[in-house]
Amino acid sequence: MSDPFDPDQELTRPLEGAHEASAAEGPAGPAVGRDEWVARHGERRVTRGGRLGLLEERLHTVPWWAWLTLFLAVVALLPLGFESGYVRRVAFDTVLYMLLALGLNVVLGWGGLLDLGYVAFYGIGAYTYAFLASDKFDIHVPTLVVIPLVAAVGAISGYLVGLPSRRLVGDYLAIVTLFFLQIFGTITLNADRITFPGQDTPTDVTGGPNGILQVDPLSFFGHELPVSKDGIFNVAYLYVVLAVFAVVYVLLRFVNLSRTGRAWRSLREDPLAAELMGMPVNALKLLAFSFGAAVAALTGVFFASLNASVFPQTFSFALLITIYTMVILGGVGSQAGVVLGAILISVVLELLREPSDSRILFYAAVLLGLFAMLRLSLRLVAVLGGLAVFGAAVHAIAKGLDATWVSGVVGEDTSRLAGWASDWVVVPVDLPNWIASVSYISLVALVLLLTLVRGWPRLVLLVPTLYLAAFVWENVMLAKPEPSRYILLGVMLIALMIVRPSGLLGERRIEIV
Amino acid sequence: MGALLELRGVSMAFGGLRVVDELDLHVDEGEIVSVIGPNGAGKTTLFNLVTGVYEPIAGEIVFEDRSIVGLDPHKITQRGIARTFQTLRLFLNMSVRDNVMAASYGHTHAGVFRSMLRTPGMRREEREIRELAERRLAFFGDRLMGYRWDQPAYSLSYANRRRLEIARATATNARLLLLDEPAAGMNPKETQEITELIGKLRTEAGYTILVIEHDMHVVEGISDRVVALDHGIKIAEGSFEQVATNPKVVEAYLGTGGMARK
Repeated sequence: MSDPFDPDQELTRPLEGAHEASAAEGPAGPAVGRDEWVARHGERRVTRGGRLGLLEERLHTVPWWAWLTLFLAVVALLPLGFESGYVRRVAFDTVLYMLLALGLNVVLGWGGLLDLGYVAFYGIGAYTYAFLASDKFDIHVPTLVVIPLVAAVGAISGYLVGLPSRRLVGDYLAIVTLFFLQIFGTITLNADRITFPGQDTPTDVTGGPNGILQVDPLSFFGHELPVSKDGIFNVAYLYVVLAVFAVVYVLLRFVNLSRTGRAWRSLREDPLAAELMGMPVNALKLLAFSFGAAVAALTGVFFASLNASVFPQTFSFALLITIYTMVILGGVGSQAGVVLGAILISVVLELLREPSDSRILFYAAVLLGLFAMLRLSLRLVAVLGGLAVFGAAVHAIAKGLDATWVSGVVGEDTSRLAGWASDWVVVPVDLPNWIASVSYISLVALVLLLTLVRGWPRLVLLVPTLYLAAFVWENVMLAKPEPSRYILLGVMLIALMIVRPSGLLGERRIEIV
Repeated sequence: MGALLELRGVSMAFGGLRVVDELDLHVDEGEIVSVIGPNGAGKTTLFNLVTGVYEPIAGEIVFEDRSIVGLDPHKITQRGIARTFQTLRLFLNMSVRDNVMAASYGHTHAGVFRSMLRTPGMRREEREIRELAERRLAFFGDRLMGYRWDQPAYSLSYANRRRLEIARATATNARLLLLDEPAAGMNPKETQEITELIGKLRTEAGYTILVIEHDMHVVEGISDRVVALDHGIKIAEGSFEQVATNPKVVEAYLGTGGMARK
């Protein structure tokens, strides 16, 4: 090989020859480049050493479809391990969330469009199914016909909503789509007394706030799939949505691997450059919009058929936020990421309903957070030790002053963790209301203060803050599980987004000029 | 030989300020034309007008005997005009190869349904796009070769980003390339390379090129014809020697003999 730094050789080489050489060597063949920096890239790659590094490297070479198959197999075997209808039902709902997250990922992650009307398309799908398969108008179209029909309705409505707003970007698009969600809610709530031309009496179209009842279960080739079997959730529904999820996942993956997917990524990176490189940016945005809407509408079919009813209230702003949370937590743009996000949020929200589960979750989250912040270090030991001593001291003092201050109980949790917590956290029998609010607000203030101080003062401050958090948790939040679970979820999300701003599996994006 | 691109009396104004005024310009098939002029002379605006980013307030822009005024930029690119950007606009978080592959969108056809089903035709087209992209990248010799194809564009050096922009523009299968300061930020050796490369783009790949450049060595090295702009008006046109010694041009650049040494 000649001198790699000879400048005269850089451009004098026959170009087609260069290409053929590279094709023979494979794209990573180091012999192609005379540029030494390129040739020796293998030696300079930064990787984790040891067995863990090897494992990491091996895991990266596993193709996506292998992961997908493994995942599907695990979910499909889930009902074997859990007899309870409750677990199966939660699994079904989780798969619906996964589908919704996949659809939103197309709009938000690939198209880069802030679509705040997303759940309206979910609603459109559910209502379309209810119209086409219920006693409402006595139409009973078989499921295999309804599914493509609903997907088409979703895609068309997505196209129509996108049409006037396609030139709008960012904030404007968000407002237009949010408006669309409101309109959808208003129409479904009020379309129970529509007077059509040529009629004297109003017709009930959507059932208003009472929704549409007696929606058909899924039916395949004339066989209805009952919603419950032997008194518990019919596991066939889980398999149906799982199959739909697999198909949607693969189809969307293929679109993303095509020229359309590349164009979507390009316009998210730089819409002007994409347009000037020959990509019709507006049409591509509309396409992403339609795709997302079609997936959401499709999901609506399974929601309506399992619940045998649809109500306007379901397609709320709160649901929209939940789906956005899943997508952002999992990593916008990564299919596997948003599915993981959907599973995590859906399962965590479910666990938080139960005081004993949510207590474990709370303390585990605190410990994990501490571990992520301090690693395995002397400081971690100091904080944990300090926390134990501080709690025991406060508990002993309170007990010495008045025994009723520490003898309160929350819930019927008899687990070891609950017993341990009641020996450590002050739980008064009668908690005055003002203490609840004052402790809540001081906790927020202390957390804010924590972000301002650095070094050892932060470690010292951490101990009372964590103790106060435990106090608020045991006394206030456990007593009101419904708002608490969303607050706790929010706190966990904030903590996670600080550690991983791009989400769990999201690609770290670099914005440099 | 007829003009490939022709501008007749094109004007553009921003908020009452004329930035391009009654400009006539033509680029013949197979020609390399350089546009020079001080900063703010309207050079990049000229590119934006030709590529459809702005619509001129007056005048006619004709490409291959058809008017392209009022067309969407992506349509103009599909007709055969592609450009690079002075302030690099790569798809930074995409791989080098994907950057070039993405630009083939305008002349490929697989629709979303064929993509979802991965039909044989779609996969064949995908292979062709990939090969096209790799050929375009190979045009730059070792610089953009090998494992770099799979690296994200942000990992490239400044000079390589400029090369990648040119590679991306050629992947649109355009006939006319508009290069906006291709040698900006390059060291003398790299500047020498890019000068040779622009020449090769014409002789080997058959492109017609309109180029904005400040580096007079590059302009001298590549141009068949030079057009000098100042305040949106064409002040001189002709061979490099004619334009560089034109008193108006010398005056426009500082008014001293800085240019006159050529």
